[in-house]
Amino acid sequence: MTGAVYALIALGLTLIYGVLHIINFAHGALLTAAMFAAFFAHKLLGLDPYIAAFFLTPLFFLLGYGLQRFIIGPAAHGEDRNVLLVTLGLAIVIQNALLYVFRADTRTVDLPYAFDVIDVGPASLAVPRVIAFIAVFAVALVLWLIMRRTDTGKAIRAVAKERLGAELSGIEVEHIYAVTFGLGTACLAIAACLLIPTYYVNPHVGDAFVLVSFTIVVLGGMGSVAGALIGGIFIGVVESLSGFYLGESLGQISIFVTFILVLLFRPAGLFGART
Amino acid sequence: MKGVAPILGAVALLGLAPLVTSSNVVLNFLILVLLIALVGQGWNLLGGYGGQYSFGHAAFFGTGAYVTAILQTSYGINAWVGFCIGIVAGALIGAATGALSFRSGLKGSYFALVTLAFAEVLRIIASAAPITGAGVGTLIALDLRPGAFQFQSRAPFYWIILSLVAASLMIVRAIEESRFGAYLVALRENEDAAQALGVNTTAIKTIAMTISAAITAAGGCFYAQYFLFIDAGIAYGPWISIEALLAPIVGGVGTVFGPLLGSLVVKTLGELGKIAAGDAPGLDLVVYGCILILVVAVAPRGIAGILADRHRLPSPKASRRTSLERNNG
Repeated sequence: MTGAVYALIALGLTLIYGVLHIINFAHGALLTAAMFAAFFAHKLLGLDPYIAAFFLTPLFFLLGYGLQRFIIGPAAHGEDRNVLLVTLGLAIVIQNALLYVFRADTRTVDLPYAFDVIDVGPASLAVPRVIAFIAVFAVALVLWLIMRRTDTGKAIRAVAKERLGAELSGIEVEHIYAVTFGLGTACLAIAACLLIPTYYVNPHVGDAFVLVSFTIVVLGGMGSVAGALIGGIFIGVVESLSGFYLGESLGQISIFVTFILVLLFRPAGLFGART
Repeated sequence: MKGVAPILGAVALLGLAPLVTSSNVVLNFLILVLLIALVGQGWNLLGGYGGQYSFGHAAFFGTGAYVTAILQTSYGINAWVGFCIGIVAGALIGAATGALSFRSGLKGSYFALVTLAFAEVLRIIASAAPITGAGVGTLIALDLRPGAFQFQSRAPFYWIILSLVAASLMIVRAIEESRFGAYLVALRENEDAAQALGVNTTAIKTIAMTISAAITAAGGCFYAQYFLFIDAGIAYGPWISIEALLAPIVGGVGTVFGPLLGSLVVKTLGELGKIAAGDAPGLDLVVYGCILILVVAVAPRGIAGILADRHRLPSPKASRRTSLERNNG
């Protein structure tokens, strides 16, 4: 079940990688920012996180669009190494600005239904997790439709395949890059709203997710949407099992070890072709 | 060897500081500047000259620090011996992770990711294993004798870290002049071409990572002796990986003096930020993050690049053309 949310976070990352060919190191920090936004939407405005998702998603789309268009794009001068450093710099700024403003306190949201369960056959499932599971697949479907059925989606795929060719046929590459980055960031806003009912938020919460989502993306094959979904669920299972057998603090190690092993032996991912 | 005179001059000038001031605040600040310069010089060798951007130099820093500390606390080994073993241990971690990553052909973002993951694995192990004191951390017993690498005043610490920095400057300068350094720069500029000319790029990168790790580990060993306390977050935390890459990038990647220059500027700005807005957690890192983005955006070759450009001002037209060429290439 956690795997589904991991998959959503990874979906945003893989989308950005697939089109811009960059690894977005600010992904975890942006997730933290989204979780704070969802937290305060509930606390100050009394918005239910699931309703807040409908407001936060467009907001984070715009944020992502602006970041790519006005900060990452111009600052990087088109060099991969610079993109690495700029997104790392953004991650540091966002995370520590949150730390500075909100301190290291851990906060949680109290919702009446957070501990409700429904019975499905022999298993009892927590309601927020079932909602998360369904929502993730809905988002994946919507994303897929955007990519397949709209002109913007077509343009995104064109830029991903052949940047120069797309530019020559009149597609505004910088705009498409920013749209893609916005879509990836919007995924984070949804993930944050799905997480907040059962999870906590503090300025470092994104860290726990960011390497996990890198692992998923690498596992599923960089830029592959289906790979991100399957990889996400796989990692969710690995984490639950190792947490169960190795204990809380060492349980995390299994993810990093999986990550290193995949990078070393199948850098193109389990489903990707080796180049 | 050319270029030794500026190094000796700069070091001699810096060496005078404890004679001029006995203020602990100033000395402490300069010691931290030199420490980051040392750690950054390690990163610079691999990242600046070799073009392999590591996001996990904490792995080497932390290993040096932990080995130095644990050898003393658990095995009663002399601090100076522990210091040397710490450097060797850091180098071994560098050689092992380097051989694994480069043999698998990881480069660019993938290399950055894998180094980050290695550092995180070590951090989690250190925060759970009993020998590192787990969450509590490792405390080196106070023993104020030079034989135990502990001193009453800060001046000896200052001269020690200064000589370590001097050694790292000389090492990098010597590598710059050597055939090995030429191979390293060649593979940074075009790895395929270097390989086609018969350079064993995997071996060169692994050796560079080993030396780089040893230099950074020396910083970790010094940290343990200076503060006498480390825990998993300090030793293997992301902060040191960030400092390690920030200093050379600000100062100028792939230049001998880049890390020292960058460390001085970054630390000064960090202190000014603290004075301006009070000492709050996170603020200094916000400043660092902004510096990083600004430097990459405005001066991709750092301070050294700005200084070099002032000698021969390129016409704006020419620089625009090269950026176009780069985009199309």
